[in-house]
Amino acid sequence: MKKFINHVDDFLAESLSGFAAAHQDLVTLHFDPNFVCRAQKSVQKVALISGGGSGHEPLHTGYIGHGMLDAACPGHVFTSPTPDQMLAAAEAVESGKGILFIVKNYAGDVMNFEMAAEMLPYEHATVLISDDVAVVNSTYTTGRRGVAGTLIVEKVVGSFAETGADLATCKVLGDKVNSRTASMGVALTSCTVPAAGRPTFDINETELEMGVGIHGEPGRRREAMRSVDEIVADLVAAIWHDLQPVAGSKILLLINGFGATPLMELYVIYNAAAKLLQQHGLIISRSLVGNYITALDMAGASITVCLLDDEILQYWDAPVHTPALRWGK
Amino acid sequence: MNTEFILKAAQAVNAAILTHEAEIESLDREIGDGDHFINIKRGSAVVIGLQDELAGLTPDVVLQRIGMKLLSTIGGASGPLIASFFIAMAKSVKEHGGETLTEIAVAFTAGVDAIKSRGKADIGEKTMLDVLIPVAGKFTALAGQGADFASLLQALKQEASLGMQSTKVMIASKGRAAQLGERVIGHIDPGAKSSQVMITAVCDLALSLKQVRSLI
Repeated sequence: MKKFINHVDDFLAESLSGFAAAHQDLVTLHFDPNFVCRAQKSVQKVALISGGGSGHEPLHTGYIGHGMLDAACPGHVFTSPTPDQMLAAAEAVESGKGILFIVKNYAGDVMNFEMAAEMLPYEHATVLISDDVAVVNSTYTTGRRGVAGTLIVEKVVGSFAETGADLATCKVLGDKVNSRTASMGVALTSCTVPAAGRPTFDINETELEMGVGIHGEPGRRREAMRSVDEIVADLVAAIWHDLQPVAGSKILLLINGFGATPLMELYVIYNAAAKLLQQHGLIISRSLVGNYITALDMAGASITVCLLDDEILQYWDAPVHTPALRWGK
Repeated sequence: MNTEFILKAAQAVNAAILTHEAEIESLDREIGDGDHFINIKRGSAVVIGLQDELAGLTPDVVLQRIGMKLLSTIGGASGPLIASFFIAMAKSVKEHGGETLTEIAVAFTAGVDAIKSRGKADIGEKTMLDVLIPVAGKFTALAGQGADFASLLQALKQEASLGMQSTKVMIASKGRAAQLGERVIGHIDPGAKSSQVMITAVCDLALSLKQVRSLI
């Protein structure tokens, strides 16, 4: 394992400290329990809190700021955070209109957020993200996994919450975005969890893992490496089968890198996916290409399609100012 | 079940899991993701570290503190499950008492039920519940029949062992092992094994105390 790590035990704390120092105009870091929140607390709005295992940066801490999250709770690498983190984060950011938890559907995340919710002294609701169409049940979850669609939910609901919308309508919008979003990923290499020190799975030079999860957990099948056009066609077909879009639908197309795939390749994937979706009559109204929900040093990418409507489009376009996503302000 | 017994039980559990380290780790490498032993060791060590702070508190408060500490220490999926067990036991002891065998059986069952509902799992899914559910059932039945102390504890040890062995032929539908399908047949579930080890350690401790009164 060759990584920029002083000591495995200090990895998370040093990374969080660096992140907070680099973005001190936007975020404040708290240790014991660990959480990151906006540098300036917002007033009279639903507070959005997310969290999960670390190793998916910029998710979630990179999405703290105007138009997205109020706080995020980072766990150890690929390990769910604990309820005391969520309670401390809630205490710091609650501003009179309740707490909305945004939780990716993994057993550990779901249970820890559930226990936090039960102990929370504020009005609260939870949006569960389950956009991965690759597998119904996976290593870490019962039901579909939450992957890159999380970014879209955090952005759309985050901007909606800035308008002063109440907790119940924020949750309704979050559930709607989740139900209209589908993703699927593919890996060319494994990732290496620092504490483990070796690759999570074995995969050779001539293979790919179709439907891989964001922790390097298995997907649909192991296949021989093929052309980008062929790989993209399979990913798009799975997403299409799930969303069943009608011709003329407006979509947001997100090509997300897993950490070790260059942008140049991500744009090749975008090129293939966009052509295919347009051929099938969809209108690509918005697009995003980059490393937004990563899996440490895994090479690979995912395709996410969100079926837009006027409401989702309005809040996707609204100004956002976070360390990892910024426009319109 | 007084505070002194709970703290002694924590020591006994810690010693027992360290004794079975290699066995539990090897089972988890075969069908898990290799972190089960690290997680229970971390949890067990943090409870040992609480001993001074807990001595002198009432049993329900001790169980609650242990649960909350485990909840903020272990993380992942196993943290909330194990923490739920202690928090539910604490509530039961507070509301229904924890002195007679019947009351302790009620508290233990409340803990097991909390794991079932938190994990949305039941018997037959190749998890710790394949040990915990039969043990809770046996405990309740024997306590209700007024069984003597020593034979009750021996029966619980036997039930834990049978439950642990029963996971060998099962296919997993929860947890990491669920991904492996039929490949897990022939392997004992590591969570069932660690549960059996812990229950056995607590029963042996209680048996060694000889007099029932020193337990309650």
